[in-house]
Amino acid sequence: MARYAMVIDTKLCIGCADCVVACKTENKVPEGLNRDWVVEATQGTYPKLETEFRSERCNHCSNATCVTMCPTGASHHWNGTNIVLVDPNKCTGCKACISACPYDARLIMHPEGYIDKCTFCHHRVEKGMDPACVSACPTKCMHFGLLDDPNSEVSQLLRTRKHKVLAPETGNDPNVYYLI
Amino acid sequence: MLEEILITARSNPHIDPVLEVWNWQISVYLFLGGLTAGIMFFSALMQVLNKDEEAPFAANGLALLGPIALSLGMTTLFLDLSHKLFVWRFYTTFQPTSPMSYGAWILVLFYPVSVLQILSTLRKGYPVAVPYIGRVPLLPELLDWLEVRRRAIAWMALPIAVGLGIYTGILLSAFSARPFWNTGLLGPLFLVSGLSTGAALTALIARNHGERSLFTRIDIGLIVAEMLIVALLLVNLSTGARPQLEAAAKLLGGSYSAMFWGAFVAVGLLVPLLLESFELRGLMRRVAVIAPVLVLVGGYMLRVIAVDLGQETTWINYESEFNPQLLERLR
Ligand code: SF4
Ligand code: SF4
Repeated sequence: MARYAMVIDTKLCIGCADCVVACKTENKVPEGLNRDWVVEATQGTYPKLETEFRSERCNHCSNATCVTMCPTGASHHWNGTNIVLVDPNKCTGCKACISACPYDARLIMHPEGYIDKCTFCHHRVEKGMDPACVSACPTKCMHFGLLDDPNSEVSQLLRTRKHKVLAPETGNDPNVYYLI
Repeated sequence: MLEEILITARSNPHIDPVLEVWNWQISVYLFLGGLTAGIMFFSALMQVLNKDEEAPFAANGLALLGPIALSLGMTTLFLDLSHKLFVWRFYTTFQPTSPMSYGAWILVLFYPVSVLQILSTLRKGYPVAVPYIGRVPLLPELLDWLEVRRRAIAWMALPIAVGLGIYTGILLSAFSARPFWNTGLLGPLFLVSGLSTGAALTALIARNHGERSLFTRIDIGLIVAEMLIVALLLVNLSTGARPQLEAAAKLLGGSYSAMFWGAFVAVGLLVPLLLESFELRGLMRRVAVIAPVLVLVGGYMLRVIAVDLGQETTWINYESEFNPQLLERLR
């Protein structure tokens, strides 16, 4: 499986939410829905507080429970990569995938009723471009690329910087990394 | 302290602030699926054992209720689908990793076997239908042929009944994302509860006194088994890791305690257990309808609690500061 990863530098992120706006514009996400979002995590006791900003989205898990639970094959790994997509023509709207995602990363697309989610902008990736959120980030804190290529920017960052993924204990093998 | 808040607007409908993509439609479906399993199981069991004397209704009349209950359940399941026109997609594929896909196909297996089961008992179970049957060409011959094979048909029905009953639990327990569901105990729990509601329904409808007390006795055994599994489930949750402990806390003092202990354990298990044992001793015969009705209510409450609480349990917890109502004020 060719593994695409997103690597996000929490030390640079300022929580401006440009990634959220870029996604909505690029993917024409209907009003009121979000494929990505920003979390502010504060840790410690006053006055020793630490704050981290994280831009979050679907983790395009290598072991995606949303895909294994889908009864129709509508949720699938795109072209043998880890990018998880939904085929609207196969989706029944049973919502098993929404319940199956430990990161609550999926949403019901209104008004049609099929399930929608972050696509890692595969339509841009196909053309060799970065996802819209990555391109839009004013602090350049987001990086995108192939994990299998040891020389890619993401592989190099993960080799040299301390990092984490969200709730690795889910066993889903998420592919959005946070530099800490 | 660790506090995580969403600082961008995220109020994806049915996902924020807590997941609630599945509502009463799914609880009703899981309840009726279990009830159907109970109906098919006991009608087939009495047929296999040739209990026409002791359990005339269960052996001959009961099977007809199966497809009625299941069709109602499948209707509510259909109501839940948000992309309804594509419902046929369940049947253009089989997904070996998805319990829901197994379920879709078990439902398809159920109907033909159930129809055979009904036809093979129709004349005995519903004598009023006999004159009409005579008017349909070839139907009496078909029924003759099926009646001889009633036992063989019942043997086919038994595994389908057990499969249907246990699948409704496995469907939920396969979700690793929802800590409350993610235990193998849910399959047996839903199976036993489904059988118990099936036995209660039979006790409720049967006219024959001996048959009523037979199914009351069966139901007592099933209620005791169900209580045991519930106890194991509580032990399992309250000795688990953080996500399970959070789920257990909702039952032990948290927001679901009243519903769980009151509506399910007390009203749905303990009270009917007491009433049914009184009944066997010849006490309170006149209120004998109450116990089976409570068992049915309890069975439904179990599905409601499982569906609602399960969705609330999760690995990730954000406080969402975003209040979508405020947006309206900007207009
Ligand atoms: S984050 Fe959720 S929706 Fe995305 S691949 Fe993983 S399980 Fe599926
Ligand atoms: S809602 Fe659609 S994509 Fe999700 S599990 Fe059901 S059929 Fe698959």
